[in-house]
Amino acid sequence: MNFFMDEEHADLVELYRDFAEKECGPIASEIDKASRFPRETFEKMAEMDLLGIPFPEKYGGAGMDNLSYAQCVEEISKVCASTGVGLSAHTSLCAWPIYHFGTEKQKEKYLVPLASGEKLGAFGLTEPNAGTDAAGQQSTAVDMGDYWLLNGTKCFITNGGEADIYVVFAMTGKAKGNHGISAFILEKGFPGFSFGKHEEKMGIRGSSTCELIFQDVKVPKENLLGEVNKGFKVAMMTLDGGRIGIAAQALGIAEGAIAVTKDYISQRIQFGKRISQFQNTQFEMAKMQAATDGVKLLVYQAANAKDLGIPYSHLAAEAKLMAASNASDVTRRCLQLFGGYGYTSEYPIERMMRDAKITEIYEGTSEVQMMVISSWMGIR
Amino acid sequence: MNILVCVKQVPDTTEIKIDPVKHTLVRAGVPSILNPFDGFALEAAARLKDKDPGTKIVVVTMGPPQATAVLKEALSIAADKAYLVSGRTFGGSDTLATSYILSQAVRKMEETEGKFDAIFCGKQAIDGDTAQVGPELAEHLGLPQVTYGLTCEKNADGSGLEVVQEGDGYNQVIGIQFPCLVTFTKPSFDPRFPTIKRKLAANRANIPVLGDDAFPDIDTSRIGLKGSPTHVKTTFTPEQKTGGVIIQEESEEESAKKLVALLGEKKVV
Amino acid sequence: MEAKTKDLWVLIETREDGSPAKVGLELLNPGRILADKQGGRLVAVVIGQNVQKSVEEAAKYGADQVLVVEGSEYQQYTTDAYQLAMVYLVEKYAPTTVMIGATNIGRDLAPRVTAKVGTGLTADCTSVDIDEESGNIAWTRPAFGGNLMATILCPDHRPQFGTVRPGVFKKPEAGESHADIIKEEFHVANDQIRTRIIDVIREAAGEIVDLEGAEIIVSGGRGVGGPEGFETVIKPLADVLGGVVGASRAAVDSGWIAHSHQVGQTGKTVAPKLYIACGISGAIQHLAGMSGSKVIVAINKDPDANIFRVADYGIVGDLFKVLPALTEEIRKKKGE
Repeated sequence: MNFFMDEEHADLVELYRDFAEKECGPIASEIDKASRFPRETFEKMAEMDLLGIPFPEKYGGAGMDNLSYAQCVEEISKVCASTGVGLSAHTSLCAWPIYHFGTEKQKEKYLVPLASGEKLGAFGLTEPNAGTDAAGQQSTAVDMGDYWLLNGTKCFITNGGEADIYVVFAMTGKAKGNHGISAFILEKGFPGFSFGKHEEKMGIRGSSTCELIFQDVKVPKENLLGEVNKGFKVAMMTLDGGRIGIAAQALGIAEGAIAVTKDYISQRIQFGKRISQFQNTQFEMAKMQAATDGVKLLVYQAANAKDLGIPYSHLAAEAKLMAASNASDVTRRCLQLFGGYGYTSEYPIERMMRDAKITEIYEGTSEVQMMVISSWMGIR
Repeated sequence: MNILVCVKQVPDTTEIKIDPVKHTLVRAGVPSILNPFDGFALEAAARLKDKDPGTKIVVVTMGPPQATAVLKEALSIAADKAYLVSGRTFGGSDTLATSYILSQAVRKMEETEGKFDAIFCGKQAIDGDTAQVGPELAEHLGLPQVTYGLTCEKNADGSGLEVVQEGDGYNQVIGIQFPCLVTFTKPSFDPRFPTIKRKLAANRANIPVLGDDAFPDIDTSRIGLKGSPTHVKTTFTPEQKTGGVIIQEESEEESAKKLVALLGEKKVV
Repeated sequence: MEAKTKDLWVLIETREDGSPAKVGLELLNPGRILADKQGGRLVAVVIGQNVQKSVEEAAKYGADQVLVVEGSEYQQYTTDAYQLAMVYLVEKYAPTTVMIGATNIGRDLAPRVTAKVGTGLTADCTSVDIDEESGNIAWTRPAFGGNLMATILCPDHRPQFGTVRPGVFKKPEAGESHADIIKEEFHVANDQIRTRIIDVIREAAGEIVDLEGAEIIVSGGRGVGGPEGFETVIKPLADVLGGVVGASRAAVDSGWIAHSHQVGQTGKTVAPKLYIACGISGAIQHLAGMSGSKVIVAINKDPDANIFRVADYGIVGDLFKVLPALTEEIRKKKGE
């Protein structure tokens, strides 16, 4: 058993950190204020193999693992949670299900460009009336013999509009509930596939979130992902992995908040002392650091379990539950240490606090994580 | 095309602090990095390779064994092959002796790698700041040189380079034939990052070492401390300015007025 | 090689029109003192075309002898032509010391000459003196980004070469010329010059930025906030002072202003009479490039900013209020 990184992982963390600090940090405030998707950052990530970290080289990936991928999301989210979630949605929610459930042909056609970063990916499950309750889907796909005819609307889709490839879900057997859902791969530009409203969000404003609209979209037969009516499993397994990405994002947000707060408290002088000299500050910082280090173990454990092929559904849920709640808690307390300046957009902490909140909501709310965990515990 | 890039491992001088009591450099905990100017030289080579993927980039450094770290970094960014020049007898060399040893190493590497069309160096290293090794190496090898390069491209018939050179107050484009040596300064763009795949491969790379006995024909009177015409007599930390005046009047206008008056007294305005 | 004379040489870098660059004349000042101490003559070396003006100025500022190499091949600087000429002169006359300005040209040429001759070179010196013990020149130069000063000797090789930063010394007082003018006929064939100037880009960054030659520099950093800040507050102050706009790495890296304006370790090293640092925190790499300035003014809203440690005068405040007030005040003064 080893709790510490080997040289390879440590080396790559250094690379991720260097990239994040030089490329993501300096524009984090600007893309937040302008609600701008940082296309240029993703282009650079593609050049560095960051958009296919856990996939084999033969599919265009970097040949690393889920732990290294989680560490990349973490490092980027330390300085810019918007960029962090874009990476997570692309990797966990679009490339991964194609890698896991796709045919060789689908991998060739879609995974290779995704993992090499030539194309950006997104995932469409949520609908106005169906989130985690996947069986409430109103989108439908009807087998027309030569193709599937897709109709419906998806909402709150991360990377929506920016992505080139979408994994989406629709009912193919309405009466069968969860056993009537199928997954499809869509390309931007399919006739009838358009984008609706872009959300005006509280946080992660540098990520794109929008509606997907399907109006008589003819989806080729070969774009069915997995088997007919087995889409629920695709969705659930994908979200299990996605939670590791979001947990890593939440972990990064907390670590980033602690870092900027540490700088601030060692400079800010009140009552003739640096505020870092007050014991309240010291204890607050110590508690936040300890809690965040605890979260880190959970996140790395979940990622490692996935790499080792150990069932990780509950571990991912635990990591996300704790990481998200810690991110919200830590950013709020850090802002308190900043005082009035922290409430202004001159410092990054208010952005971090706004960004943190979403981690308790998307890819399964914290309540959903608790359902997953208690169910694994056998509590009914 | 066959390009050699010379690099150096340097302490990150932006992290160096002065001991306020002893007035000495505090080097403990200062990270070692790839000399930034050498990074610009590597980027220039990488850009030539982007256009002409058949280009081979070889990278070399002279230094202690731990200097392999910068070779690995160069491999993870763009280099195809790396060599370390490291030997006891090379220690204490000044720029003239260093450039002489490097010229021997170039000849040696060319036996394996083929003739280099171009040798790229950083303008200077940020620890020594001398800007001498590049031109001195060119002289030992009898190569034409361009210093202060910003960017470069292959010329129309592929026989040489066109280098944009930063001059004193203007830039010029200089044409130079292969083989040649170019030193690079900071361009208007950032050098590329390493890639994950390259980084993983670099960690496993085999880096040949050219040691004391690698150059049987070397003139030993020209290397090491003995072969160095210049010697450091003393080092000291520069005096810190003291007695600065902080101007803090009622308003910005008042402060500005006071400053102008003070500058007037000093006759600088 | 052995020195044949106790002479000290100063290379007078010439411009395309044959006039001297300032640094060459500046070096005649310490050159005079050191030549006297060495017991030799102060020799100015002028290479170029139509260099009459440079020869006269060198003589006027105290050279005992002026060595002149003239030819059309020297009109524009090339490494090869200048190196061959310098090596020819050095081998013929074998002086004991050679000083060259640490300009881009000087730093291109000097190592090429010393490597050929096989002697020592100390680059980018900020002071030169005689080492009392040995009688050698004691060349003092900054290293480690200005954090450390090193004094370097070249005991057993001649000539001892050094390049010296522009702006460190003042031009000497002009006097009656008493110099011997010696013209050397030395020519370099076209095919010996292995580089070719294809184009000169004077508008490279929209304007010529001569930071190294500037007497006054107004520099902006992160605190300037964006490209507009340079236009609205930095440039007006520089203009009214007749100065040049500089910038910190943070401002350049943010894309607010071209790299040709950058002062510091990866930019230019400057030593103006007056350096005004606005919204610059004072990172070591910036200080390395400007701490040799005669008078430093810092304007920053953070009273703990590092820049105040090297400043002669500091104003703690909002630069968007201070700079317009300063510009206005100087404009008024100039009007008087």
